[in-house]
Amino acid sequence: MNLKVNGARRQFDGDPEMPLLWYLRDEIHLTGTKYGCGQGFCGACTVHVNGSALRSCQQSMESVADKEIITIEGLSETASHPVQQAWKHANVPQCGYCQGGQIMRAAALLQKNPHPSDADIDSAMKFNICRCGTYQRIREAIKAVAAGAQAVEAKK
Amino acid sequence: MNQIEVLTRRTFLGNVFSASAFVLAARLLPEESLAASSPGSTGNAGTAAWSPSVYLGIETDGTVIIVTHRSEMGTGIRSVLPSVLADELEADWNRVKIEQAVGDAKYGNQNTDGSCSIRDFYDTMRQAGAGARMMLERAAADKWGVPVAECKAQNHQVVHSSGRKLGYGELAQDAAKLTVPKKEDLKFKSPAEYRYIGKELPTIDVTDVCAGKGIFGIDAVMPGMVHASIERSPVYGGTLKNFDDKDARAVKGVLQTVVLPPLTPPYGFKPLGGVAVIANSTWAAWKGREKLKVQWEGGENAGYDSAKYKQQLLETVRKPQKAARNIGDVDAEFARGGKTHEAEYYVPHLSHAPMEPPAAVADFKDGKVVIYAATQNPQAVQDTVAAALGIDKKNVECHVTLLGGGFGRKSKPDYVAEAALLSKQVGKPVKVTWSREEDIRFDYYHSVAAMYLKAALDDKGKPTAWLQRCAFPSIGAMFNPANTTGQPFELGMGWSNLPFDIPNHRAENGPAKAHVRIGWLRSVSNIYHAFAVHSFADELAALANRDRVEYLLDLLGPSRKVDLGERGPMADKFPLDTGRLRRVIELAAEKSGWARKPPVKGRALGIAAHWSFYSYVAAVVEVEVDDAGKVRIPRVDIAADVGTIINPDRVKSQFEGASVFGASIALMGEITAANGAIVQSNFDDYPVARMQEAPILTNVHLVPSTEPPAGVGEPGVPPMIPAICNAIFAATGKRIRDLPIRHHKLNA
Repeated sequence: MNLKVNGARRQFDGDPEMPLLWYLRDEIHLTGTKYGCGQGFCGACTVHVNGSALRSCQQSMESVADKEIITIEGLSETASHPVQQAWKHANVPQCGYCQGGQIMRAAALLQKNPHPSDADIDSAMKFNICRCGTYQRIREAIKAVAAGAQAVEAKK
Repeated sequence: MNQIEVLTRRTFLGNVFSASAFVLAARLLPEESLAASSPGSTGNAGTAAWSPSVYLGIETDGTVIIVTHRSEMGTGIRSVLPSVLADELEADWNRVKIEQAVGDAKYGNQNTDGSCSIRDFYDTMRQAGAGARMMLERAAADKWGVPVAECKAQNHQVVHSSGRKLGYGELAQDAAKLTVPKKEDLKFKSPAEYRYIGKELPTIDVTDVCAGKGIFGIDAVMPGMVHASIERSPVYGGTLKNFDDKDARAVKGVLQTVVLPPLTPPYGFKPLGGVAVIANSTWAAWKGREKLKVQWEGGENAGYDSAKYKQQLLETVRKPQKAARNIGDVDAEFARGGKTHEAEYYVPHLSHAPMEPPAAVADFKDGKVVIYAATQNPQAVQDTVAAALGIDKKNVECHVTLLGGGFGRKSKPDYVAEAALLSKQVGKPVKVTWSREEDIRFDYYHSVAAMYLKAALDDKGKPTAWLQRCAFPSIGAMFNPANTTGQPFELGMGWSNLPFDIPNHRAENGPAKAHVRIGWLRSVSNIYHAFAVHSFADELAALANRDRVEYLLDLLGPSRKVDLGERGPMADKFPLDTGRLRRVIELAAEKSGWARKPPVKGRALGIAAHWSFYSYVAAVVEVEVDDAGKVRIPRVDIAADVGTIINPDRVKSQFEGASVFGASIALMGEITAANGAIVQSNFDDYPVARMQEAPILTNVHLVPSTEPPAGVGEPGVPPMIPAICNAIFAATGKRIRDLPIRHHKLNA
């Protein structure tokens, strides 16, 4: 089967039941996508599949055939994506382990809804657990990106 | 940079510095703080052009290498502690390179827990920086032939009053030849001159982490490594009866199975034993383990049932027990027959559940083992692995990766020893990655606890006598099964040091046997002790119909240093000062708008204040309880006096996190056992707070202080739990005496 990861074409002929998560981590060494629960409860493994934020531990390899995957490593080369910039500016991460998944989730949210309300943020981000408890800074960072988008729109 | 390059670089850490020979043979100071590397020593800064301390090396190109010997699990310590050294050194932070230390006793204590990294190493780092700065100034003065008083270190160079300048790199080799200043001759910078202390430097890892490039234990790879997944006895201390691995070995990618040595007491940090499936990928190893058929002999803990055990603990605290602290005569006061109040409290087992489960990779070869692990304590890794393999601990090289959370779990290196044992058996590097289910089922659990409290009250509702009894299985039982009562370090966390101004007081502790592994979890015994003490204080305030803040201040009494009967340097340096506790209560009340927000049905504030890890913390929590009984926490105000603050932003972030961690414990945290086995297994049945369940906003108010730096990572948690419960009482009239809150019906 074929798939595209961060813009590069890939071929896979292993266990079709293997979750995308372990393909990314063990086979192509993209370890920014984290294992947290393996059951779709925590969101640490969130990636973009054809533009939607999905939990890669719940996506078998056969289910992502011919799809386009973006991981945290593919969001930008140097953490320069607006969401990553906002994360850095608000000093969101503590241990940082879940933050790749949080950023991918937030980036997908903002892509579809550039000006999310608190309720919109809650309903998108409730899929992602942060055990360090950085939620208020995550919310702040998402709002900062939205405000930045507003500022750009206002200038137009 | 990909992970293999990162790890290769880290493997050869000792060789990345220039091979210049200018390494001080003498100790800069006669203690660990500035222990110089001896010639020929390897590792970290030891081979820099000049290495005046095990924590510091200066290259001839001016690069300052600071070795950080504490583990990064989210506090920022890997950046913050080096920033103290850099500040006293007058180093330019942009020219500082931070290297993570391997496990080695030469660095002093590396066990990153107990909220003590800054507390124990702040002075050490300042001394290391100041000593080196003075030697650089002297080296410049000698070179110019001028008095050293005319030379001043400034931002990575020494400047003469004439305007001449020499960079640190140019001075390093000459400085290395100088006599080391005595500790009493060290001159420290004045606070007004600080570049980094008290400022908000970003952590060195923030960009990597946001780019998905941070390397955690679970990400570590070694060339040629295989993956292992281990089936363990569901009952603590159970033994392997028999197993059938035919189906497991038939899974594609599975290479072999290995039986680990059985667990023998005292259990301590030893691996639990079991049957390991070795495979060429994590997925194959996990899939193979699911196909294992294993039978266990349960052993003495096979009957453990946490519901029955709860009743047993409660019965224990209903009877007189051994006093840990006794003031006046509570019995005589109760015998007078005045008004009294009593209550019982209960806190269940809890699991750490760091987002990164335990993970390590080890390569055993020729009697030596090289390890990469997410560990809070690389020296405990050395000890545990050495004992497991029967080798000298100097043959255990433990590299510390980033930790995806720790909360105390990763100071117990059982999982690292598993990787090392398996590598020896398999003859290849072995990576052990615990699943979430393993993490929750085989944790070192926060101790379950029961507390009983009784007070005699005067006509204003203030206690004239206060009796408190607790019972919980001790962490000490892990190291010696004879430890069946609370150890002094556990009772010292909020039980034998009640700060209230009450003439008759007794704190007791009763026996309790451990049936699962017990371990320290963020804030440790303070969690259940503070829950009971500060809930009970709130009950008394409610009975007296008094304002909670006013009542709490009355309970604390006048500002004074409480005599806890402890003597020694720590007691002298960090006395329990009720004045500082009063101050944080007043600050939290003021900032939260306490006086302007009287409780209404369904919405109210609650307060609690607790002294732990030598820090003073008050939390005011605002809760909303809707008609369905659902709890929301729109706002928390935490006031904290933690002594001197190095990085205010990272201190605030720890209290923000503690607010959420405390909410998880209060609202939903519970581990139970049935037939000796842990019932929960993942975030569905062991929930932790998600964004919409966590406090929405936590405002952190820091008290400016020049007192010695105290703990930050843990002390925010204990007051949060009673403050939430006290707020719920104020909003609903429902008193929570056993956790978690989710088991209580809060609507009318």
